[in-house]
Amino acid sequence: MSDKKDITLTINDRDHNISVDPRWTLADVIRDHCGQTGTHLGCEHGICGACTVLVDDTPVRSCLMFGIQADGKKIRTVEGLAKGNEYHPLQKAFMENHALQCGYCTPGFLMLATGILEAQPDISDDDLNDVLSSNLCRCTGYANIIKAVRAARDEMKAAS
Amino acid sequence: MKPAAFEYHAPTTIDEAVALLAEHAPNDGRILAGGQSLVPTMAFRLARPTHLIDINNVAKLDKLAIEDGALCIGATVRHAQFHTPACDGILGHLLTNVVSNIAHYPIRQRGTFCGSIAHSDPASEWCMVAATLDATMVAQSVSGERHIAAAEFFETVMTTSLNEDELLREVRIPVLSDDTVYGFQEFNRRAGDFAISMSLVTYRLEAGKIVDPHVGVGGAEDRPRRITEAEAALAGQSPGDDAFRAAAEAAAAAIDPMEDHATNAQYRRDLTATLVRRALENAAS
Repeated sequence: MSDKKDITLTINDRDHNISVDPRWTLADVIRDHCGQTGTHLGCEHGICGACTVLVDDTPVRSCLMFGIQADGKKIRTVEGLAKGNEYHPLQKAFMENHALQCGYCTPGFLMLATGILEAQPDISDDDLNDVLSSNLCRCTGYANIIKAVRAARDEMKAAS
Repeated sequence: MKPAAFEYHAPTTIDEAVALLAEHAPNDGRILAGGQSLVPTMAFRLARPTHLIDINNVAKLDKLAIEDGALCIGATVRHAQFHTPACDGILGHLLTNVVSNIAHYPIRQRGTFCGSIAHSDPASEWCMVAATLDATMVAQSVSGERHIAAAEFFETVMTTSLNEDELLREVRIPVLSDDTVYGFQEFNRRAGDFAISMSLVTYRLEAGKIVDPHVGVGGAEDRPRRITEAEAALAGQSPGDDAFRAAAEAAAAAIDPMEDHATNAQYRRDLTATLVRRALENAAS
């Protein structure tokens, strides 16, 4: 019924020229058509936050946006966090604070935290709790996730 | 869990958008703005629109400005734009206070104010704000624009008086005078979840007595509205426990609460009385 349309998705500074069906979500396009499977899909209806990516540096649920809407926009996923062999401060903090167990929710939490710490480097503990309440961890490892993001915030502030 | 196929349109002008809507609305064509309610509904296949008219690239829909004594909020203004006051004075402060209760941070980056109003979920904070503060909805179609008062806009659950070929182009909220006080209270079981009940109240004082009280209730009934019985209990009274309790009881008695598997009508009545009283206490403090 619907015709495919040609778009360019810029994921982690790399252009992907692809042809998309309008009904494909951004999450499916990133994973299935650009091969970037670091972004995970949990609930596929905007509740769990596992699919959170940055679109023009803002954290959004990639299951609640159509790929065709991201044409020409700058997308960042978990694959873009590390610089070569050097992990991002958030990734290090997650390892050091045991902030992942099964790891399924981790890419979403990392991108959510990246977005908020870049926008508000001085964010308070309370405001951070409120933002982190956006995403679900079925291992219920919230205490360590909060600990890790606070540690990364302090680390990133000290380094800047 | 994948949306069904649809034709995608990305107009860049309002005229083009309403022309597409006029053409496709009879075949279940819909406006796509933030998509934070529409896309989950499509994922569940509860909605299968045949055409989506994406208004995100339409020029001039991002208006957020005071005009003729009202804050005008265009169709693509996101919830997150209220994280800091959108205007000077009490109204800007009120909207910033309310927005943190809407869903979660990433949802607020995409979801739009007007989208919430057009979707008309009974638990929508913005719908209650619009009803309580007597907002005006500006509907645009190929035949022109129509102004709809909030009291005539919200009909029942997810049903408004917008016609199928009308785009909710803008919502206008009257600016609040500097001597207006307000209080807002919402109850739900988890952060960001749907309100089981909520209340927004505003009033002014003249010679120590309450004038122009507005008492809005949302989440409890099938639509948000001002509760005139509660307002009558406040008008002309001194702010304080007696008047606030009388208004809270009047509100609880006046509403026709929804029921669901976890919440019966009596619970919602009791909760509404408590929230109205606390909102009034907030306003007075």
